[in-house]
Amino acid sequence: MSPSSQLKSRPLWRGALLFVSLSVVSACAANNGSVPAGEIYDPQEVSNRKVHEFNRGVDRVLFRPVSNGYGNVVHEDARLLVSNFADHLSLPADIVNNILQGDLKGAGANSFRFVFNTVFGFGGIADPSDAFDMPRRETDFGETFHVWGMKEGAYVELPLLGPSTERDAMGTILDFTLDPVSVLLPNPESYIGTAANIADRMGDRYELRGTIDSVLYESADSYAQTRILYLQNRRFELGVTADDAYLDPYDDPYAE
Amino acid sequence: MNRRGFIAALAATAALPSQLMALTSSQAEVLVGRLVDDINKVIASGKSLSTMVRDFEGIFKRYGDVKIIALSALGPDARGLSGAQERAYVDAFTGYISRKYGKRFNEFVGGRIEVDGTRKVNSFYEVQGTAYLKGEAPFQLNFLVSDRSGKDLFFDMIIEGISLRLTEKSEIGAMLDKQRGNIDGLITELKKAG
Repeated sequence: MSPSSQLKSRPLWRGALLFVSLSVVSACAANNGSVPAGEIYDPQEVSNRKVHEFNRGVDRVLFRPVSNGYGNVVHEDARLLVSNFADHLSLPADIVNNILQGDLKGAGANSFRFVFNTVFGFGGIADPSDAFDMPRRETDFGETFHVWGMKEGAYVELPLLGPSTERDAMGTILDFTLDPVSVLLPNPESYIGTAANIADRMGDRYELRGTIDSVLYESADSYAQTRILYLQNRRFELGVTADDAYLDPYDDPYAE
Repeated sequence: MNRRGFIAALAATAALPSQLMALTSSQAEVLVGRLVDDINKVIASGKSLSTMVRDFEGIFKRYGDVKIIALSALGPDARGLSGAQERAYVDAFTGYISRKYGKRFNEFVGGRIEVDGTRKVNSFYEVQGTAYLKGEAPFQLNFLVSDRSGKDLFFDMIIEGISLRLTEKSEIGAMLDKQRGNIDGLITELKKAG
């Protein structure tokens, strides 16, 4: 394939993916109104567990050794620059989602951060805007769907990407296809965001290796642990109240 | 009695039940304040990992209601335990939690935890705090405190929405399944795990 035809085919491919994911979104929104918040809904547990075993295998032979190598070879300060840069390149997508959610304050703060760090942070590898008391409003399309009233749907474990829900999986597809950085930049510059992102993930895997290894390799049921950790944390991020954590155990210590 | 006096008396009566309630918001916050001070001392000490794990076990037993955490993690299966089994299980669970989470304290070295405030939830209090760790974005760390054991103790720790009690409930359930429902097998397993 010549570079020009590759370039031409990209919008088409994006359009097709967008169409498919939006149809699934509307289907999910219609079907999952009855899933109670605060509970685990995992009707595809059998196939999810197979994906989990695959992911664990990939982590064991690829992600864990590569991230440990990355962490050992690349100095902490350099990893921070990579992490800053990856965060910086995800800001335009955050701003799009802030706006779609009607969060103009978040959009303003993230826009300020993007401009300021581009100019004074050497194109985003440094984060001088951290000095201002203006926390970054990190978000994604999954959160946008949540704000629009879509229910989370069933729990799913995605190959390579890990734990998610039906709603967040749709969001992830859009995060990839509609990211302004990769849409607007020509090839091969558009891949710089992907590269920074992968390096950043390796850095995270390294920093959190104690916890991740404990969950994946030391739990009695690493699938169930991953699921409950993800769902609790994701619901917290989205501001969904976790009723089950606030039930008083003294009322009935033997409760199910 | 004049009107003003009557209203004052009425207000005093209305205030009475809340004053009689043993645990107050400030008491819950004091407990977590002391707990957090002790944790901060451990992570500032730079001691060896095994010492930190032992220190954490001491803190967990002093400030936490280990019995209610352990029993509620087992759920309905805790109902049929004999007295000796219950003691053995609670002990094994305490050791397991201390090793598992005490090890993580390594990552807290050089960091600190601050108490931000308290809110009342039903019959207990949630004391909200923030953990500031080196090279990481600050994260929310809350403690659920109750006096229903007879003492002011925490019965859950919630990190960025993740409840220790609920997460361990899922894990203890999985361990018990692996032992085909045998409690003594679970106790043996807990002594090795973490």
